[in-house]
Amino acid sequence: MTAPPALVEVRRLVKDVVRPDGTALRVVDEVSFGVREGETFGLAGVSGSGKSLIGRMILNLIAPTSGDVLFEGRSVAGLAPSEMQPHRPRMQMVFQNPLASMNPRKTAGSSLELPLLNFGLGGPRERKERIADLLDLVGLSPRHARYYPHEFSGGQCQRLGIARALASRPKFIFLDEPVSALDVSIQAQMLNLLKDLQEKLGLTYLFVANNLNVLYFISDRIAVLDSGRIIEEADTQALFAAPREALTRSLLSAMVLFKGSGPRTVPAPA
Amino acid sequence: MAEPVLTVSDLATWFHTRDGVVKAVDGADLEIGREEIVTVVGESGSGKSVTALSVMRLIQAPGRIERGRILFDGTDLLALEEAGMRTIRGTRISMIFQNPYASLHPSFRIGDQMTEALVRRGVERVDAVRRSTEMLERIGVDDPVRVMRGFAFEVSAGVCQRVMLAMALMSDPELLIADEPTTNLDAIAQVQILDLIRQMRDEIRMSVLLITHDFGVVSKMADRVVVMYAGRQVESGDAGAVLGEPRHPYTVGLIESVPRPGHAVDRLRQIAGEVPDVIRLPPGCSFRPRCPQALETCGEAPPVVPVGAEHFARCWLFAPRRAA
Repeated sequence: MTAPPALVEVRRLVKDVVRPDGTALRVVDEVSFGVREGETFGLAGVSGSGKSLIGRMILNLIAPTSGDVLFEGRSVAGLAPSEMQPHRPRMQMVFQNPLASMNPRKTAGSSLELPLLNFGLGGPRERKERIADLLDLVGLSPRHARYYPHEFSGGQCQRLGIARALASRPKFIFLDEPVSALDVSIQAQMLNLLKDLQEKLGLTYLFVANNLNVLYFISDRIAVLDSGRIIEEADTQALFAAPREALTRSLLSAMVLFKGSGPRTVPAPA
Repeated sequence: MAEPVLTVSDLATWFHTRDGVVKAVDGADLEIGREEIVTVVGESGSGKSVTALSVMRLIQAPGRIERGRILFDGTDLLALEEAGMRTIRGTRISMIFQNPYASLHPSFRIGDQMTEALVRRGVERVDAVRRSTEMLERIGVDDPVRVMRGFAFEVSAGVCQRVMLAMALMSDPELLIADEPTTNLDAIAQVQILDLIRQMRDEIRMSVLLITHDFGVVSKMADRVVVMYAGRQVESGDAGAVLGEPRHPYTVGLIESVPRPGHAVDRLRQIAGEVPDVIRLPPGCSFRPRCPQALETCGEAPPVVPVGAEHFARCWLFAPRRAA
């Protein structure tokens, strides 16, 4: 079996930041991996390990110090905004805090219309239809187009965030902690929705999360980061069953896993 | 159980807003035994933090404690004058919060903030500094002198939460209230703080009220669990019983919706609907609109029913009347 070609190819990506005292700090260090079409690639690691930064460099929201990112076989690292224009609609992002990532003074409908206008997708009538379709796709209703972000619950607002990312019909979505700000009962809804959308639309995800339980559920493969370096990359099942690296093991054991039977097993009722 | 350190009965804390009365807590009961760790689990709007703030008497307008009783070591906290409350708050009952950076002043040195309370209570400054340093050492802060000289933004979130914990424990409290103390921390810092709370519980022999929304934290920490939904507890009991054999449909749904390594599933079980708006709660059981097992009778307020040894659910499903 040959592996499907990588939609996103990250090659020896490096990011240095300059500290106030003038010294450089390498926050992403020679990171390479490929995200195959249609899969979910998870990035795990403690805070500050470089997870979000890598995602943002893939989208070229932040230019890398060195290294390259190939998207659909073409280099996008460090491209100027005008050069990014053909790629931009194909690669999108969903943010951690759904409310903060929406313009509070724009209705849901106009937030969804913005990417359509920006990328010149359709006339007024088609845009209106597309907005209704997008709302429907994420489990909201067309009437929600008139709502302002503060009128939504956290879960609904994140649905809107996902709809906005989908507006330009992307192939690839970078999901940066998309469920960690949501209530537990809403997280499951959102994770299921993301899986549904992936199947329906053939999406490819890069999924960053602190919570390994979530990564276990959603990811096909996972890379574990430590101080900007990938220390282990494996299929999800293999990683959880037999982690090779000490940090992966300590991450896994540190993870306050919820075990179904609870900490103390209780006798079955007679 | 020996005499509990804290007994909350029929607590109601309401917020009188322009949009209406938010009954954030409406009839909550809670009991914490000596040296016991009780976790309160719930989603946003369940009233878990407001319950904790009510115990600390830190509810501010437009909020008001409408009724109920909070007995701490035999004293009714709600009957106390503010002056009397000040001898308890921060000394006999301490509290730490979710965002440690927000709990520290950004432009004062950490050491000055740690020693402030001691100095105000008449402790000599040198002694206050020594005690703060010792406490930081005790809870595993490397180089406490450097941390105390620094500012909050110069330390990691994990160290910052350790500083908060050190401040909270300086007075050997009988009760520590920890409101989502590890929610903003990464996995490794989280487990360190939780281990530390448990270790200090044993050393200081204090009781802990731990508020969380994470069943992983519950299963790691809890002796007993209280599950809250829309201002009331819906289930309570021994941690093993509640986690191993949850009875209330809400608890069952919550536990089943958590992804679990080792259980590869295509889709997660999910609870339908949204976390309710506590201004407009339905009559009867608040969970009814989302409940897969709702009955006719759920339009009336459900009773608290024993569903096992020291295990209770507020649900018609287990009420004797249903069998009749």
